[in-house]
Amino acid sequence: MSDGVMKRMGMIFRAKANKALDRAEDPRETLDYSYQKQLELLQKVRRGVADVATSRKRLELQLNQLQGQSAKLEDQGRKALALGREDLAREALTRRSALQQQVTDLETQHQTLQGEEEKLTLASQRLQAKVDAFRTKKETIKATYTAAQAQTRIGEAFSGISEEMGDVGMAIQRAEDKTAQLQARAGAIDELMASGALDDPSGMAKDDITAELDRLSGGSDVELELQRMKAELSGGSSGQQAIEGGQNGAGQSAPQQDRPRFDKQ
Amino acid sequence: MIVRIMGEGQVKLDDAHFTELNKLDDELLDEMESGDEAGFRRTLGALLEAVRRMGTPLPDDALEPSELILPAPDATLGEVREMLGDDGLIPG
Repeated sequence: MSDGVMKRMGMIFRAKANKALDRAEDPRETLDYSYQKQLELLQKVRRGVADVATSRKRLELQLNQLQGQSAKLEDQGRKALALGREDLAREALTRRSALQQQVTDLETQHQTLQGEEEKLTLASQRLQAKVDAFRTKKETIKATYTAAQAQTRIGEAFSGISEEMGDVGMAIQRAEDKTAQLQARAGAIDELMASGALDDPSGMAKDDITAELDRLSGGSDVELELQRMKAELSGGSSGQQAIEGGQNGAGQSAPQQDRPRFDKQ
Repeated sequence: MIVRIMGEGQVKLDDAHFTELNKLDDELLDEMESGDEAGFRRTLGALLEAVRRMGTPLPDDALEPSELILPAPDATLGEVREMLGDDGLIPG
């Protein structure tokens, strides 16, 4: 019967560790070389953790922006409905629905990235402990043993640390792959924001729904106020109900002359 | 014997458990070779669970080589194939 997965993986690690050991003639050189390699990897792991954290923060910023935009569209929908413009309200809510999909996707990716970040942080701590232990062992071996005796000791220590290095190296690779995917997505959302499909973060530019609502509310605020006063004088229902009563039923679109133009600003 | 779970660390196990682990390990290999992703996930989960249950974690600063190495819990069939297929295990 052939060797299973875990045996084969173990053999691959050992073979690679032995190959690395065979490169140096003097065991003490091997120790020093290996230690240098470990320090380099530790640096790489720390950079990897920092990169993933940066990506995660960027994602959080985008999520906040999208959620803010989504809330704004919901308000616009409500306001448009209060002004009797169901067509505008529908447009706002349609856009909000598309945004919500983006938010859901980003939240999922955010969780994934957080998981990778935690794993990488743990791997980094584990590697740090192994590297510290290796340094101690390296000095002990160098001080205590002859070259021939050292070979066996080095082999054991080296195999142990090689595994850890390989394991952590793969964790970095994975996190980098995930980060690259997310950066591509984050870039796409930046482009959407830049194109005006999403609000710019400064909030200075007016989108078409806001512009239309502003145009409408210029007159309707007065109307609302009048309705409120009338209601007060008659001691009857609220202005809001009076306005709603004035509509020709739900689902009916606005008159042709009031149809909004959804041109890009 | 010592088993490494990639991404988690090393676990020390009594050799008596070797038979049970081998059986699961052979199953895992069959599922990997036949491309049975669902079976692979199930068996890998069972194998990891058995190792965690029967073993004692080794301290982080131990420098012991592992006799057996297991993929991370969320490793895909493709990733494991890649690890076994080339020399992509140790950086540098």
